[in-house]
Amino acid sequence: MNATTSTSLPIVSSDLPAGRLVRAYLTEARYETVRMLRSPGFALPFLGMPVLLYLLFAVLIAGHVTREDQIAARFFFTGFSVFGVIGPAMFGFGMNVATERTQGLLQLKRALPMPMAAYLLAKVFMAVLFAVIIMASMIAAGLSLGHLTLTAGQIATVAVTGILGAVPFCAMGLLIGAWATGRSAPAFVNLVYIPMLHLSGLFYPLPKSLQAMAPAWPTFHLHQLALSAAGVDSRGEDLVHVAVLAGVTVLFALIALRRLERAG
Amino acid sequence: MNDARLAELSGVHKRYGSTVALDGLDLEVGRRELLAVLGPNGAGKTTAVSLLLGLQQPDAGIARLFGQPPKDLAARRRAGVMMQEASLAPELRVREQVDLVASYYPAPLEVDDVLEKTHIAALAKRPYGKLSGGQKRQVQLAMAIVGRPRILFLDEPTVGLDLQARELVWSMLRGLVDEGAAIVLTTHYLEEAEALADRVAVLGKGRLIASGSVSDVRALVERQQITCCTALVAEEVASWPGVEEASRDQRGLHVTTRNAEDVARRLLAADPGLTRLEIRRAGLAEAFAELTQEKPS
Repeated sequence: MNATTSTSLPIVSSDLPAGRLVRAYLTEARYETVRMLRSPGFALPFLGMPVLLYLLFAVLIAGHVTREDQIAARFFFTGFSVFGVIGPAMFGFGMNVATERTQGLLQLKRALPMPMAAYLLAKVFMAVLFAVIIMASMIAAGLSLGHLTLTAGQIATVAVTGILGAVPFCAMGLLIGAWATGRSAPAFVNLVYIPMLHLSGLFYPLPKSLQAMAPAWPTFHLHQLALSAAGVDSRGEDLVHVAVLAGVTVLFALIALRRLERAG
Repeated sequence: MNDARLAELSGVHKRYGSTVALDGLDLEVGRRELLAVLGPNGAGKTTAVSLLLGLQQPDAGIARLFGQPPKDLAARRRAGVMMQEASLAPELRVREQVDLVASYYPAPLEVDDVLEKTHIAALAKRPYGKLSGGQKRQVQLAMAIVGRPRILFLDEPTVGLDLQARELVWSMLRGLVDEGAAIVLTTHYLEEAEALADRVAVLGKGRLIASGSVSDVRALVERQQITCCTALVAEEVASWPGVEEASRDQRGLHVTTRNAEDVARRLLAADPGLTRLEIRRAGLAEAFAELTQEKPS
């Protein structure tokens, strides 16, 4: 079988100039945000739930404790903040990647010359945007109703911790999304998410027998960092927590990308 | 890259578990060529296209796109894609879908021009999820051409389109080839291949079993079809020498044969009242059915 013509091709540059590469990343992030804004069924529960649950427990149920005990007030505040920021990261990545993978959208984008990093960073951007809104609403609720007293420096450090803290959970969600189908992803995410929330001691002090196991969960490390940022004595060294979370991010993302590369 | 091969599979093998998807397939696509890849389900069409797009890697053999591994973004920046099974974000509007894909390419066309060209300018602000099946195909086609591709991979591009829309797509595809693009088309509509393709590649069981112009492929199959109104019984005619098959429906008797002249003479002799005699060479549909039957090719 021979080619139909024998003329050589004109040389056409197929490099993406830096400006257009940046534009590709920004466009991907912009439309990811637009999609989310247009499907409020996903966004509103994740944005509203943490602060509502926080107010329920820290003000309505245990208001008499948090009024007297600043440690307790900060414990509730940091626990629900961590709970808030990891939800959209894990579910957003886990469910969306799984759905887009099984419905062929990711495959189309991989066949198109989409930089894979643009796809992932757009979703990280979404998770971070959610974390910004959740941390802002948690801080506002804590300072106004939750009997929380923090210095401006502590507020800033807690906010940054919560916002950046979403990233390792994006990697965990990505890993689940790389394996699960669109239909099974919510179940698999919950299977990790719910035990992790409780066994890492976010909402209540753990019994001694479970305390030793808590560092096995990434949420434990983020919670300790948030407590430390809020001026509460935490378990372990901040640097170790940061290293663990960074390790989780890199390891889980690498395994997930390998899987996506191979199986699509 | 020293020649005009834009995309190439050479001795490619691919298996999924114990299922052989491609069994030493060779396939080339040249400049300004519209190649229709035909074959029954499971013949390996989708796998072949996936390998050319870098979505999968061959177990053995070589896949090349513009002389490069198809996994390289740089190679795919000259290719456009339309996939049948992709379900796009329903929340994004038509213009946004095309704009997003345009952002992946170094020198894309103006999005509004592409919407005009694909006759969907009126839908620009409609959410993709609210479109009909046919409209979605048109949007996907717009996404496939917005990057000024040198080669286009189209998977069943006109499924769900009405006759008029299909004609529009066909004339657009011809226009793209005239402008210098190559097109690889997988289709179940044989009349689509007949109407468009410069060359047809017929795949069966992961191998290339025929390749050439539409008339070349049709000529590979010598079978002819005789249709007539007659009192003769189909079962009896089926037993005549040279007759492969005979059946009857409301249009009359249908006889498949490799020797139409002799069979026609005998039909006329056996039934002097025979009317509406028609003999035609196999269409691509018949050629395709015969070529992909289970027999040594």
